[in-house]
Amino acid sequence: MRLLTHNMLSSNIKGVTSGFPLRLEVEKVVEKQVDFNADFLNNMFVKIEWKALVDASRAMGYADLPDQTEPSMLDSDEFLKKFHHALLELHLEEGALICPETGRRFPVNKGIPNMLLHEDEV
Amino acid sequence: MKLKQLESLLGDLQQFENPKVELEQYPTGPHIASRMLYTAENSFGDVSNKVVADFGCGCGTLGVAAALLGAEHVVGLDIDSQSLDIASQNAEDLELDINFVQCDIRNLGWRGQVVDTVVMNPPFGTRKKGADMDFLSVALKIASQAVYSLHKTTTRDHVKRAALRDFNASSAEVLCELRYDVRQLYKFHKKKEVDIAVDLWRFVPQKGQGKGI
Repeated sequence: MRLLTHNMLSSNIKGVTSGFPLRLEVEKVVEKQVDFNADFLNNMFVKIEWKALVDASRAMGYADLPDQTEPSMLDSDEFLKKFHHALLELHLEEGALICPETGRRFPVNKGIPNMLLHEDEV
Repeated sequence: MKLKQLESLLGDLQQFENPKVELEQYPTGPHIASRMLYTAENSFGDVSNKVVADFGCGCGTLGVAAALLGAEHVVGLDIDSQSLDIASQNAEDLELDINFVQCDIRNLGWRGQVVDTVVMNPPFGTRKKGADMDFLSVALKIASQAVYSLHKTTTRDHVKRAALRDFNASSAEVLCELRYDVRQLYKFHKKKEVDIAVDLWRFVPQKGQGKGI
């Protein structure tokens, strides 16, 4: 699972008001190379929750994203390459996503998070 | 990629081994799937360089088609882990990098604005009434650009009304009518092969919607 997917998922357990972002429990990370697409990254930049991406990439062992950003950074190839790597190339292969409010664990196996809720959570 | 080539690649995908009737698991045939995504890409530019979600992806046919046509990021969502295993294998066989999430679309937690396009072949709701409308309602909440979906032609008026009035779509248009051949997958099917008329729809969510759920 790429961190772009993580940047969209949230915990939807009954009663939870802010299920985003899910915390990462990391057992295994896989890197897969993806072609660099600057236009796509420029598009994504305004849609991404930056802090969630930074925290998630750090949990995955990648610490090169800056805490603060400004639009002018998009002119820098170096910045875009880091953004590209964190967003698309790092995969959580084994581990879990943790609901920020309840601590409920959603396991990730073979890169697939299981977000199914139990009957009493719906 | 040419339509013929797309259809032939999709024709080689592995499909359900033991389809589950309660989930209305009917494979999306290569003919329909290729035309659906080819139209989305070539008539509307809704696929290449986009973020595409495949709702109720089953064995991943529509998501694979999106990836083959150049979608930058594809997420397939399904409730059934066996389907997702087959779907990941299908993606891997074609060396496509697709993400999969196991979830129930009806109680999905999802931040909006990021997904451009949702593609889906929802359960038609013959077993669980209203299932296709549940999918459509969620799709229109998370897509920022367009939703492509298949619905039985007999439900055309109902689908249009629900999309525009209940789910706030800014447009709902039938692009074409297709024949869906449902092979004799289940014991309750009496005929060997049945053709069902289905509509290929394109819905446009209202601007500023897509806030997520």
